[in-house]
Amino acid sequence: MNGVETNGFPMLSLLTALPIVGAGIALVSGKYARFVAMIVGALALVISLVVWAHLPSDGSMGFVERVPWAPSLGIEYNLGADGLSALMLVLSAIVALMAMDAAHHVHRQPNLYFALVLLLEAGLFGCFTAQNFFHWFLFWELSLIPAFFLIKLWGGEKRGPAATQFFVYTMAGSVPLLLSMLGVFLATGSMDFQHLTLLASSGELEPMVALHLGPVMLWLAIGVLAGFAVKVPLMPFHTWLPAAYSEAPSPVTMLLTGTMSKMGVYGMLRIALPLFGMQIAQMRTPLLVLAVVTVVMGAWAAAAQKDLKRVFAYSSVNHLGYCMLAIFALAVPATSAAMQASQAAALNGVILQMFNHGITAAMLFWFIALLQERSGGIRGIDDFGGLRKPAPIFAGLMGFALFSSLGLPGLNGFVGEFLIFRGVFPLAWVAATVSVLGLLVTAAVILTVIQKVFAGPVPEKWAGFQDLHWGEWLALAPVIALMLLIGLLPQLIVDGVNPTVVNLLAHWRF
Amino acid sequence: MLAWTIYLSFAGALIEALLPKGNAALARWVALLVSVVGFGIAVAGFVSAAGQGRVVIADAPWVLTMGIHYTLAADGISRVLVLLTGLAAVAGVLFSWNIELRTNEFFAFFLALIGGVYGVFLSFDLFLLFVFYEIAIVPKYFLIAIWGSTRREYAAMKLALYSFVGSAMVLVTLLAAYAASGSHSTGLIELSHANLPVSFQMWAFPLTFIGFGILAGMWPFHTWAPTGHVAAPTAASMLLAGVVMKLGAYGCLRVAMTLFPHGMDAWGFSFLGLGSWRDVFAVLAVIGIVYGALVALVQTDFKFVIGYSSVSHMGFVLLGLMTLNQIGITGAVLQMFSHGVLAGLLFGIVGRIVYERTHTRQLADLEKMHLSKRLPFAAWGFAVAGMASMGLPGFSGFVAELQVLIGSWTANPWWTAAAGVGIIVGVAYTWRALQRAFFSDVPPAPHVHEHGNEHELAALTWPEISGFVLLGVASLLVGLWPRVLLDTIEPAVKALLAGGAQ
Amino acid sequence: MNYGELFRVTLPETVLEIAALLVLLVDLAFLRKAAMQVRAGVAAVLGVVGCGASIVALYNTLGGNVSFGGALLLSSGGVVAVAQIAILALTALTLLLLIDSEFTRHPGEFVAVVLMAASGGLIISAAQDLLVIFAGLELLSISLYVLTAFGKTSAKSAEAALKYYLFGGMSAAFLLFGFSYLYGLSGSTNLNVIARAAIASPGSGSPLFYLALVLVAVGLGFKVAAAPFHLWAADTYEGAPVPAAAFIASVSKVASFALLIGLSEVIRYPFGHVHGTVRFMMIHSGPMSKWLGFSMPWTIVFALLAAASIKIGNLAALAQRSVRRLLAYSAVVHAGYMLIALAWFSEKGAQAILYYILTYGVTTIGAFGVVSVVERVTGSDKMDAFLGLHKRNPLLAGVLLVLFLSLAGIPPLVGFWAKFNLFAAVLSVGAGVWPFILVAFAVAFSAVSLYYYLQVLKRVYVMPVVDETPIRVHPATMVVLLTVAAAVVVLGCFPALLQDWIAQF
Repeated sequence: MNGVETNGFPMLSLLTALPIVGAGIALVSGKYARFVAMIVGALALVISLVVWAHLPSDGSMGFVERVPWAPSLGIEYNLGADGLSALMLVLSAIVALMAMDAAHHVHRQPNLYFALVLLLEAGLFGCFTAQNFFHWFLFWELSLIPAFFLIKLWGGEKRGPAATQFFVYTMAGSVPLLLSMLGVFLATGSMDFQHLTLLASSGELEPMVALHLGPVMLWLAIGVLAGFAVKVPLMPFHTWLPAAYSEAPSPVTMLLTGTMSKMGVYGMLRIALPLFGMQIAQMRTPLLVLAVVTVVMGAWAAAAQKDLKRVFAYSSVNHLGYCMLAIFALAVPATSAAMQASQAAALNGVILQMFNHGITAAMLFWFIALLQERSGGIRGIDDFGGLRKPAPIFAGLMGFALFSSLGLPGLNGFVGEFLIFRGVFPLAWVAATVSVLGLLVTAAVILTVIQKVFAGPVPEKWAGFQDLHWGEWLALAPVIALMLLIGLLPQLIVDGVNPTVVNLLAHWRF
Repeated sequence: MLAWTIYLSFAGALIEALLPKGNAALARWVALLVSVVGFGIAVAGFVSAAGQGRVVIADAPWVLTMGIHYTLAADGISRVLVLLTGLAAVAGVLFSWNIELRTNEFFAFFLALIGGVYGVFLSFDLFLLFVFYEIAIVPKYFLIAIWGSTRREYAAMKLALYSFVGSAMVLVTLLAAYAASGSHSTGLIELSHANLPVSFQMWAFPLTFIGFGILAGMWPFHTWAPTGHVAAPTAASMLLAGVVMKLGAYGCLRVAMTLFPHGMDAWGFSFLGLGSWRDVFAVLAVIGIVYGALVALVQTDFKFVIGYSSVSHMGFVLLGLMTLNQIGITGAVLQMFSHGVLAGLLFGIVGRIVYERTHTRQLADLEKMHLSKRLPFAAWGFAVAGMASMGLPGFSGFVAELQVLIGSWTANPWWTAAAGVGIIVGVAYTWRALQRAFFSDVPPAPHVHEHGNEHELAALTWPEISGFVLLGVASLLVGLWPRVLLDTIEPAVKALLAGGAQ
Repeated sequence: MNYGELFRVTLPETVLEIAALLVLLVDLAFLRKAAMQVRAGVAAVLGVVGCGASIVALYNTLGGNVSFGGALLLSSGGVVAVAQIAILALTALTLLLLIDSEFTRHPGEFVAVVLMAASGGLIISAAQDLLVIFAGLELLSISLYVLTAFGKTSAKSAEAALKYYLFGGMSAAFLLFGFSYLYGLSGSTNLNVIARAAIASPGSGSPLFYLALVLVAVGLGFKVAAAPFHLWAADTYEGAPVPAAAFIASVSKVASFALLIGLSEVIRYPFGHVHGTVRFMMIHSGPMSKWLGFSMPWTIVFALLAAASIKIGNLAALAQRSVRRLLAYSAVVHAGYMLIALAWFSEKGAQAILYYILTYGVTTIGAFGVVSVVERVTGSDKMDAFLGLHKRNPLLAGVLLVLFLSLAGIPPLVGFWAKFNLFAAVLSVGAGVWPFILVAFAVAFSAVSLYYYLQVLKRVYVMPVVDETPIRVHPATMVVLLTVAAAVVVLGCFPALLQDWIAQF
């Protein structure tokens, strides 16, 4: 076939195919499904780390595979990984493994459960490595299905409506996204991300669109933003989230908050900003308002919740709001080296935040799962008290995660937020200032949680609260170590990501 | 070689009619054999002719004095649709495996219908096309009237009469075109080069388009479709929605648009924002998409949901046709294939796998049955089919709808936006049906516990599974590797647009 | 006057008369004591042989006009020959239905009258003189009245015959009146002279011609059962014994349409411009028939009759519960279709009409055959008597399916082709939008006709069976029915066969 390019071994195809095959095996493995799934997950993690380690050092795409698929429609099987993608791959692999580890008490049909989890993982891998819109959109949509069924079949009491709302909402958001990208295809004849980015950065995209379709570039941008706004989510398109997160079984929530929400931010970075940078810059102010609202209201809403899962659901909204804040803030033509540096900082922060929040949030929900197991399903914030006495290790480790979420320096959560604010303040200081409120409220929320759950007197019924046993300890420890590591040595990630950041920014035009 | 699909089917029908009455198994196996061989021929024909344009299969003078020839030919579009017919035929036989009442007559009518459909897709003489088109009407009537369910006699008669009226309209234009072109020939190619006066085309086009459009389920002439689909036995519904509606769309493309292209020119004045017949029919198509979806959303009978969804999906086909550009029409043809397969799948699951066992199609009753546990194959199968039907990437429907949307955007962005709305509603009604029928959390009905043996619903039989797998794989294959069909469709559409089937 | 010549001219008719007399003779002399079946069988066979002999005679006299002293003129060749052969063939077919019938104890007389009616039909197809036409018409009609009344044990038969007779008598009077005007206007009863006279006088649109046209249309409209002169049809079809009804439905229609075609040459011209070839006049003055359809009054009259027939026939058929009456009203509809071709006339149209009426005749005879079987077994011809026929005698049901679908115009049966051919011929005249509208009208109403045919077929195939006892059919009848069904299918798939045969004359 002509036009085929592969740089060596098709690692990325392998990476995506692995969980799919694993799902098939898991489906027939009966009660060994979890075991199978974890092996596959571990393999996937290894491969993703290999990919991360072998990235091209200049920040361009590595591991490229290109095969024509339906040329008349501009559809190509085009995979590639740069720093951003590779980091997301690693994140997905880690969070998936965590989710599988957390799910050790699946009562019904564990084979189906783990098959779906693996399929979801495959969807994530596919989405993060796709460099052609059709391919990307395929995985974007496909990943919804395992998520839906995971919520629907193993979820809590109100899982039906939650799952449906999740699915329908996200798909409804996808339609304007699809239509907008179709418009772009119509105007340019291409669905290739890199090609389109080049067109946009040289300023040709808008004239081409105007030529073929009329002055609809802004509408196309809005369409694309709509799709991502639902996914991230951005307020006020977030209403599907609290129900979905709280009704889903906690391991599934780990996946939802750890990885699926990142798909939205990734989409912003891979599609929205490169192609529609100028339009976003035009709409910057209202978008910043939305982002700030998300940050602040997310935190406020978290403060008002009584269900721990909902607390952290809203808190996720808040944390991702920072990403969006940074994204919108950097959408401004850079007029000085200092601005460029701020943009780079902001972008680095976004990517780091994606990774760190993914890990941290997944951890938090893991802990909630453990909590629920021991409490027999109860997870109200007021139901507990003084748990650090009967379960000090539990309290300690969860404390790590909580503080990371709060943004304590030394833990991973701090780095991303720091860089974001470092970048946003010079670029949009009003938004940044208001967002600090979010930080404060978040801090209050976290501290309240700690206080209500772990501190204070121990009620009778929790006196026998079981602490973590060594198996769980062993599973959690690596992640905690990772959090500490990244918190203390963030350059481990930043060094891998920064070239990509520079590369991306060079091609973005506002 | 492709002509053998027609002859074989009719021969099979005759054999079935003559089979001894009591032997249902024999009837089934004969039917399966005939349909599988037919499908094999269709595939062979498809593969062997890949890369070629229009291939003439047979051309014999029929009534020489009137210029009527028995002309069979196949271009890319025909080959794809013949392939679809083969698939639908095999799947239909498989999903009808349990019919005990007058089995041989059932398959006789079934195969006769299939033969007629093959004939339409392969005819390149307008008279011959019309003959095959009409031949298909009578078996439909009997299939529904004898083996159907809800209100079957009424539905069958309605279907037969609507189809007949549609074909009557086509007959009138056929006669007029024949006369206007000098009564030399009824060949499609000759007529398309006959340079019929524009004023003639201006009324011949809408008449023909509506005539065929009735069978294609064009709004507002679609009302036979939901009633018909619901009343028909499963295999007949599969064929009706899967293949017969495509006859109408094919007729719109092959006859109306090819013979009377100037009928789509602008009128010169604008009425309610519509400036040509093309605008009118595109708007009707879009209305069909949205209307079908909205009505499907509120149905209480499972089969009605799918019936209305067929109307909605055919709206996409008609919209694609009216875009008059390469991508749009290609998308329309691909959607014909895709929806043919998916409708077959959906009806197969609902009609055969579910209804046979639960004896109800009311969503309210199914809600209480927790079918995801008792019929997991059906539940997941429907989930997959439903998602494919709503246009999920990875299946054929997405590629087709993608192309139609692209094509329609070029023609008119507003149509695209409305179609997009239709897609969203499509997600909603599919999801609603899926939820309520299979995955609901409503507490089970009390009577379910009373009869202990109701816990176990009959296990899935191999014909059901094979039918499902056949169709599912087809849709998946086309979804993941659309070139398998696009490479055949695109050149044909290009030739069609360039100058009416040279 | 050379009686030898006369004899030669009228050979086909003569053969038929001889056959009729022979039948009477044989029946009277030899079969007095024989069983009814044998008598009926022998009479029928003799009648068929007579028809065959007549066809042979016809072929012998083919080739150009045959005149007898100018006063009596019969022509053969062209559409006439086709019509005559059709008449003879259909007569034979009808007679075969007699073999298994029980309605009369005088089969010999029945056959004889049939043959005489057939000869009347032959005469009017060929005649070129008004008086000859009238004589032949009366021969045909009176024979038909008698035939209708043959079911002496059935009150319906007598009623039908009386209605038919009264109606027929009155319309014959109208016809004669019209003929008298034609005579008055031209001074002769010879058709060619009338035509010549009409053309010769320039600008002749004399009002009397209009009157004559209308009167003739009334008279002949009755004969073909066109609305609004169709009211006799339902009762007659219902009351007459089966072979008689079949005969009326087929042969008399062929003859009447042949007559109309012949008259059309005459009555149309006086209203149009003088161009075109008159076959009998051998005047060549200009291009042939592009305008042939334009002679307005003729067109208007017959178009109106056609539209009325199609509409009224279909709507009335919808309401019927008796299959015989349904066939009667469907006959009205089919007459309507053919009248359209008559309204916008052309040579192709003439051929198309004959094709149509021939195939329609065959189909109707078959349909009556099936009805007679069911009637005899169940005692009624109501639709419900057909319930579950597919179980009781699948072959019979299959035949009925083929025949009724052909009547509805479903391909690949001959009924479809006949309609298509007819409409194509009408439209190829190219007379503007009106023929087109009428064709569209006809096609639209054919959907209605599908409905009531399907109603019968529904009872045959779909609805639950009431009585499952098998129905036995006499082998001769079965053979006839199967042949008819096969012909319908074969001619439908290969329409060129019959079409080319017709064209060769």
